[in-house]
Amino acid sequence: MNALAYSFSDSATMLRRQLRHMVRYPSLTLIVVGMPVVFLLLFVFVFGGTLGAGLGGAAVASGTGGSRAAYLEYVTPGILIMTLAAVVQGTAISVAMDMTGGIVARFRTMSISRASVLTGHVLGSMVQAVLAIGLVLAVAVLLGFRPSAGPMEWLGAIGLLAIASFALIWLAVALGMVTDSVESASNLPMPLILLPFLGSAFVPTDSMPGPLKLFAEYQPFTPIIETLRGLLTGTSFGNDGILAVAWCVGIAAVSYLWAMRLYEQHSVH
Amino acid sequence: MNTNHSGPTIQVHALRKSYGRQVVLDGIDFEVAQGTVYSLLGPNGSGKTTTIQILSTLISADDGDVRVAGHDLSREPDAVRAAIGVTGQFSAVDKFLTGEENLVLMADLRHMGKRDGRRRAAELLDRFDLAEAANKPVSTYSGGMQRRLDLAMTLVGDPRIIFLDEPTAGLDPRSRRTMWQIVRGLVASGVTIFLTTQYLEEADQLADRIAVLYHGKLVAQGTAAELKRLVPGGHISLQFTDAIALDKAALLLTPTSRDDEALTLQVSAGGDVRSLKSMLDRLDGAGIEVDGLTVHTPDLDDVFLALTGHPDTTEQQEAIAR
Repeated sequence: MNALAYSFSDSATMLRRQLRHMVRYPSLTLIVVGMPVVFLLLFVFVFGGTLGAGLGGAAVASGTGGSRAAYLEYVTPGILIMTLAAVVQGTAISVAMDMTGGIVARFRTMSISRASVLTGHVLGSMVQAVLAIGLVLAVAVLLGFRPSAGPMEWLGAIGLLAIASFALIWLAVALGMVTDSVESASNLPMPLILLPFLGSAFVPTDSMPGPLKLFAEYQPFTPIIETLRGLLTGTSFGNDGILAVAWCVGIAAVSYLWAMRLYEQHSVH
Repeated sequence: MNTNHSGPTIQVHALRKSYGRQVVLDGIDFEVAQGTVYSLLGPNGSGKTTTIQILSTLISADDGDVRVAGHDLSREPDAVRAAIGVTGQFSAVDKFLTGEENLVLMADLRHMGKRDGRRRAAELLDRFDLAEAANKPVSTYSGGMQRRLDLAMTLVGDPRIIFLDEPTAGLDPRSRRTMWQIVRGLVASGVTIFLTTQYLEEADQLADRIAVLYHGKLVAQGTAAELKRLVPGGHISLQFTDAIALDKAALLLTPTSRDDEALTLQVSAGGDVRSLKSMLDRLDGAGIEVDGLTVHTPDLDDVFLALTGHPDTTEQQEAIAR
């Protein structure tokens, strides 16, 4: 086998390790998957009636079936992106737990692909992301969410969710290594949960006061959410698509380099 | 102890490491012959763990030449990694997995192939008395079991050089003896072992050569016997029933100290059976009754006192270090 084949085989071994952790200790997975479902139910049933009435015609393409149904259509893409933010909390925690334990020190003294430890975490979290998004989407459909997307739009939506989760997961891997304790690693990705609120996930940015609106329009989550909403429900998203992809590629590249650097530098004990 | 010593397999020259202003290793030199046990002896904070971390490619040295298994440490770290196995001071097992899964994980990372990996895992579980617990999560293992699994994981790829950082720290006496037997077995099969310890007894039991590390410097190197000769701490304490016997014995034996209240004498001695017997024979010949006897063998405290407390022993140390 050549170096590249070894690198694949090592990453696959590390992915198997992560999947085993997930199956054996499902509580972390349940929390990161369960939270977005709770948010979806909360926003649709508690706030949905009022927020849906305030949406106006512009933000929603179909706009039929009452204000709660209209809000479900509006909020589901936002909740899906928030799901990714919840999944990467788990990523940061499990990376930090790994780094504080002795097993990674052992991996470092072995002749294995340097990136494989982190790649295992990234691939494991991607699996979690797929499960979480599938579940949230299923609950949304049960509540009456009916995406208007055709095959091309679905492909685009899946592709966007894939690169967005890839980028955020690498960011969380770096965040999991930048601190020395599991506790602070679990807090560091918190802003990722809050950012969708300060964007177009729950209400249109037009309804926000000046400076906040400015922030909301230029932060990365807004174009990603707008693009996903456009692909799934048929709203127009203009050049948000290009912006979304650019943000994801940029975050992924910077986070990957940062994470690899931290992994190399990470002092033992 | 193996007979096929064929040159040094670890060569360290002028190794230095500092963390900020704190000098951890201040230029150390040593060589380890293939198929032998080399022990680095020193108190907490002397730089033992740092040495192991550098030799096992975990951290980089500031300066110095190190060759492990014929490969330069800084230029070919991956070739070094392929030849070594490391068991650190902190347990390096995956607590979420079972014992068997941990071993198979190692086999997979050594690219051993599924069947070979499983066979090797089963073999090691048997050898380390872990077969019964093979399918239980490691989080339920005792300290001794975790340490054995840790070492078993190190052995999966049959490394020719093994680094052990305080392999028996925190183990009960029985687990400690088991660990010693395992180490002896490994050396018998031709493996080179580099281990650190705080206990002179452990180094004595296992090592062919011992180096004493103190404040980042090697203050002495030699065999266990050579080191013990540096230490005046070995003595025999004799207890007598009355002051007359104490006086008589004091004239006969040239004691290093006497305690008239406790009726004891301390006599400097190595503690070997022959000299002990001859001393008792002399007391017996003079008709002096000994009520009790304790042998104090030199311990690490004595070694450090001798090597660092008395400037006049410097010449001796250097003679040994050659």
